[in-house]
Amino acid sequence: MSAILSRSIKTKPSAARTTATEARMAALSPGASSGWSVPAREAALARVQSMGLPQPRDEYWRFTKPQGLVQAEAPQAALFDPQEAPTFDQIDRVKIVFVDGVFSAEDSDPLELAGVSIERLAEATSDIHWAKDLYGVLEERGQDPVERPLAALNTWAATDGVLIRVSGKAEKPVSLIYRHESETSDVMLHHVIKLEEGAELTLLENGPAAARFNKVMEVEVADEARFHHVRTQGRDHERRAATHIFARLGRESLFKSFTLTANGVMTRNEAVIELTGDDAMAHVAGACMGDGREFHHDDTVFVTHDALNCESRQVFKKVLRNGATGVFQGKILVKEGAQKTDGYQISQSLLLDGDSTFLAKPELEIYADDVACSHGSTSGAIDEEAIFYLRSRGVDAETAQDLMTIAFLAEALDEIEDETLREALLERLTAWLERRRG
Amino acid sequence: MRKGKNMLEIKNLHVKLEEEDKQILKGVDLKVEAGKVHAIMGPNGSGKSTLSYVLAGREGYEVTEGEATLLGEDLLDMDPEERAALGVFLAFQYPVEIPGVGNMTFLRTAVNAQRKARGEEEMSSTEFLKVVREKAKALKIDAEMLKRPVNVGFSGGEKKRNEILQMAMLEPKLCILDETDSGLDVDAMKLVSEGVNALRDEGRGFLVITHYQRLLDHIKPDVVHIMADGRIIKTGGPELALEVEQNGYADLLAEVQ
Repeated sequence: MSAILSRSIKTKPSAARTTATEARMAALSPGASSGWSVPAREAALARVQSMGLPQPRDEYWRFTKPQGLVQAEAPQAALFDPQEAPTFDQIDRVKIVFVDGVFSAEDSDPLELAGVSIERLAEATSDIHWAKDLYGVLEERGQDPVERPLAALNTWAATDGVLIRVSGKAEKPVSLIYRHESETSDVMLHHVIKLEEGAELTLLENGPAAARFNKVMEVEVADEARFHHVRTQGRDHERRAATHIFARLGRESLFKSFTLTANGVMTRNEAVIELTGDDAMAHVAGACMGDGREFHHDDTVFVTHDALNCESRQVFKKVLRNGATGVFQGKILVKEGAQKTDGYQISQSLLLDGDSTFLAKPELEIYADDVACSHGSTSGAIDEEAIFYLRSRGVDAETAQDLMTIAFLAEALDEIEDETLREALLERLTAWLERRRG
Repeated sequence: MRKGKNMLEIKNLHVKLEEEDKQILKGVDLKVEAGKVHAIMGPNGSGKSTLSYVLAGREGYEVTEGEATLLGEDLLDMDPEERAALGVFLAFQYPVEIPGVGNMTFLRTAVNAQRKARGEEEMSSTEFLKVVREKAKALKIDAEMLKRPVNVGFSGGEKKRNEILQMAMLEPKLCILDETDSGLDVDAMKLVSEGVNALRDEGRGFLVITHYQRLLDHIKPDVVHIMADGRIIKTGGPELALEVEQNGYADLLAEVQ
């Protein structure tokens, strides 16, 4: 595999890559000039310079053109009024609002929650801070064996984000809301979340964020801690997003992440998860609906098993129509000694017409002999027999297709543990499909 | 509705398979009156199931000649859902499994879609639940089966009972039963037949397609048709079914040729 090759025969970036990287970096500056994060940012700068930003021929970017995500200026993105209440509005939560990447105190709740400390990255400027042990640290661990330069770029230049430290069971979710009000906003946010032993937190994210959004989230889940992440990515048709989640899991901990995406010309969601404590569980899932030739959605997941008796699940479903493209790159790496690993991965697409494309690269790499790992990837058209059956009962053709669409995505939505959240997203999905029918 | 009025009227219906350019129905004439049960029997490949699919509006068939009307309206021009709203119901020989769609959701969507198409008010969820439970109970369909995805993991008998439940909920004008007895043991056949008989009504016509006479012991037909090679070759009373049971189709076929 060339990703591994590129590590073993490390050479200097090509001239073209260096030029492109320098052009992008010229538009940026370090996200902080003093305080605890400076060394991490400087180290990240060196990483970006040595790796260079992604180029079209990179193996890891074979199915997704990096151009719009790496070019110096963010491509303009028109604002979109979805004419609906934002997701999670009915959920009791602590709201933290960023408008084009700028924190809005006015729209946010006080950053207070029992058992949870919440700070903003931009305001945490002291020389000593708990986040120092994680900021850029998990990102750097995630650079091997595959380079993720956009994440390093973010560590260097992120202007804000939240630092959340959870010591108990949070009584309600923390909710990050990303509004998009400028057609040219180019935003980098970096969050660090630390769940101490036995702690529990649900983190919600929603909104389009910016014309171009680069987000990194580093999550440390200590022994017996539980982290739930549910996100919807804003529906602005022209927005672009490159997001990374880096997670490290301790003994008997749980990490669950679910993402619902509809619209947005470009989305690359990477999740890099390391199971380092015995009996830990990591579940990552996503449901995506893509419509139109411009639409491109990429889920790239890398799960590393480095402990005994851990379980990981990847469940990704995409419904694509009118020339939309979906990508899934998913890997399970089982390190030597990670016995009794239970790894599962499924990626499926439902292609509603002959124009749409689904590209999948499922991978297993196993160095332990007592493991159960499986992966599957399918791509198929809608079941015409089922459509006829529904129509013969009086359901019109479009409603029948929508029922089948929701049924297809439901398996991914079922990965959300909290029933209220799951129902909320299911309702949202149903409403989107209904509105589409007009 | 006036008893004896023509519910379904099929004239000189010719149908071919689109893909194979193969003529399946070669001039079917049939009238089913409201309140009556018509049975169609015939050997394999005679075109019985094709007739049921063409009436329900399945794709893949081309009507090359003839017509079919329900209550005077041209069925062949309509989409399957329009036919359903007008009152056509086909109980499938092989009910389709739909993973991910709950049986209850499916039933409710169907009932309300038809009501909406007819300009009627949708059923409230409490009313719907009450009616479903009542009708399901008569068919020995438990709450668990209602919750499960449509037909997924159902036994052959459960699938057929589920078809009859849909029929009971949708209250169609014309019920077409396509080999509903296939795959049923004696007890299940009795249950299904009771469900069908409960729906017999002066305003409703039935077209029961079957290979065997045994179903007709439970669902007593008024008229029996014998179909062979894409045509109805003989029509008679219930005694015709017994004749087939005893002598097979060979004599009848020989008679015609």
